[in-house]
Amino acid sequence: MKILVPVKRVIDYNVKPRVKADGSGVDLANVKMSMNPFCEIAVEEAIRLKEAGKAEEIIAVSIGPAKAQETLRTALAMGADRAILVETDQDVEPLAVAKILKAIAEEEDPGIVMLGKQAIDDDSNQTGQMLAALMGRPQGTFASKVQIDGDSVSVTREVDGGLETVKLDLPAVITTDLRLNEPRYASLPNIMKAKKKPLDTKTPDDYGVDVSPRLAMSNVSEPPVRQAGEMVEDVDALVAKLKALGVA
Amino acid sequence: MTALVIAEHNGGEIAEATLSTVTAAAQLGGDVHVLVAGGDDAGAAAGAAAQIAGVAKVLRAVDAAYAHQLPENVAPLIVSLADSYDAILAPATTTGKNVMPRVAALLDVMQVSDIIAIESPTTFKRPIYAGNAIATVESSDSKRVITVRTTAFEKAEATGGSASVDEVSGPTGDGNSEFVKLDAVESDRPELTGAGIIVSGGRALKDGETFEQYITPLADKLGAAIGASRAAVDAGYVPNDYQVGQTGKIVAPEVYIAIGISGAIQHLAGMKDSKTIVAINKDPDAPIFQVADIGLVADLFNAVPELTEKL
Ligand SMILES: Cc1cc2nc3c(=O)[nH]c(=O)nc-3n(C[C@H](O)[C@H](O)[C@H](O)COP(=O)(O)OP(=O)(O)OC[C@H]3O[C@@H](n4cnc5c(N)ncnc54)[C@H](O)[C@@H]3O)c2cc1C
Ligand SMILES: Nc1ncnc2c1ncn2[C@@H]1O[C@H](COP(=O)(O)O)[C@@H](O)[C@H]1O
Repeated sequence: MKILVPVKRVIDYNVKPRVKADGSGVDLANVKMSMNPFCEIAVEEAIRLKEAGKAEEIIAVSIGPAKAQETLRTALAMGADRAILVETDQDVEPLAVAKILKAIAEEEDPGIVMLGKQAIDDDSNQTGQMLAALMGRPQGTFASKVQIDGDSVSVTREVDGGLETVKLDLPAVITTDLRLNEPRYASLPNIMKAKKKPLDTKTPDDYGVDVSPRLAMSNVSEPPVRQAGEMVEDVDALVAKLKALGVA
Repeated sequence: MTALVIAEHNGGEIAEATLSTVTAAAQLGGDVHVLVAGGDDAGAAAGAAAQIAGVAKVLRAVDAAYAHQLPENVAPLIVSLADSYDAILAPATTTGKNVMPRVAALLDVMQVSDIIAIESPTTFKRPIYAGNAIATVESSDSKRVITVRTTAFEKAEATGGSASVDEVSGPTGDGNSEFVKLDAVESDRPELTGAGIIVSGGRALKDGETFEQYITPLADKLGAAIGASRAAVDAGYVPNDYQVGQTGKIVAPEVYIAIGISGAIQHLAGMKDSKTIVAINKDPDAPIFQVADIGLVADLFNAVPELTEKL
């Protein structure tokens, strides 16, 4: 079985994003970029399934600028076998990403497509679900546990009311939540080896997908800033404040 | 212009998240219909939906296939009803987030996720980058598929309406997915996303027992819901559904009390719209103090029991 792992290059999660003064977006010039944390978890899970003998090959895919190669090299250094870069300088929306991934899935025929649940830049939380719909396959979103049994997979999902378990026929689409695993760091020898692993470069046109946006972003602004309030000296002062608020 | 709201319910009751979604749908300017899809027990929920103020019509779809809101089964149903609607909305809960992108893709529409304001029937505001930026987006699609950040919209009145209830049916999926079980966290506490007061604990609470020992009595005293940072959840102090933040629950209570939480941007993303934020942290430089209305620099292991005692 093959596992397809879409990975997105995003602003590093430790960086505080700054809104551009002209309202055109978030300033990404000279900002540290990394693999989306949920995608790292997806890569890790795919590697663990391969290590457990449940999968033979892991293919990492990224849709984005030439620099997304670095993200793919990271996936390869972690343990993915080969990579596909679908290169475009346009910001590609989840629906178009899902269409490209569907075309790749048709070529590669993976048993599982393992995505992150959410990209921490657009916070859309859509791509996996959209891909599953386009493929006509079941989905296990927000996974905190994945177990393959023969031709089906059990996925434990982090939901608002607790943990839900679903059983899906393969092929299936899975999106990862934070507690699925702790991603490994790539070792130096593996980083060196990753440079020799195959990385194909394609374009959205190769898959016949129109990536023009459906949502026009007319403005990006700062959220209302909260003013820091006051510091109280001790618990008594805090109690007085809370009482004044009508609490207790 | 008619909008369809996908109700969240437990058979008998309609979830409060649905009430906020009805308010958002009404702001689009046309009629609001509500779909209640579920198993045999969906009847009562449909009755409750018909009472919501401002709802013109309820569609009730009863089939065992819809019982657990499996997206593979519910999405085709919604798509089969979509012709009559200009907008389809659901709350941005784990259920809404699971089903709606599937609906959007089948309709070849780009979903607008997690809206916090409606500027026009096609223009919305939504947070991006963990709420560090607010984007205004205009949809050029033939229909809008929307998930709603419920804390950003007032709840519609649960009673006062008298909508008609129509029976509908539709496709039920290919049967390639199956619900196995739900391990629900049973609690008498107010639900996190609807609570007026939240007491939230972080990594500083050390372990599950300590968390319980320090946080629970304070929450009990205040009649508060309990939340947590990701660090506290990851370390297993509390279950996953306590997590507040960018990738957990979004809350906006009257009072949010953060105890032993540093205030990472991912945590702030989930609670910075709270009316009053109180922080107790032993580090005066903790970022949480930059958003707190009331801050106390103290060791929680002394301050929290004293606070609980004195309230
Ligand atoms: C992709 C991604 C998504 C994330 N999503 C979320 C999310 O949804 N929600 C979330 O919360 N986090 C999230 N995080 C994690 C986030 O970055 C932080 O790591 C996390 O919020 C830290 O939790 P904490 O404040 O409890 O722990 P820490 O940052 O370790 O802070 C502990 C605090 O306790 C204080 N303290 C220690 N001892 C005491 C004492 N005795 N008395 C008083 N104070 C004390 C310390 O001064 C410190 O400020 C996410 C991270 C990533 C990468
Ligand atoms: N441009 C992209 N390239 C590769 N994978 C992507 C891309 N955009 C989204 N994804 C995948 O979809 C997941 C969810 O993203 P989103 O729906 O944008 O929140 C990510 O964690 C990735 O696994």
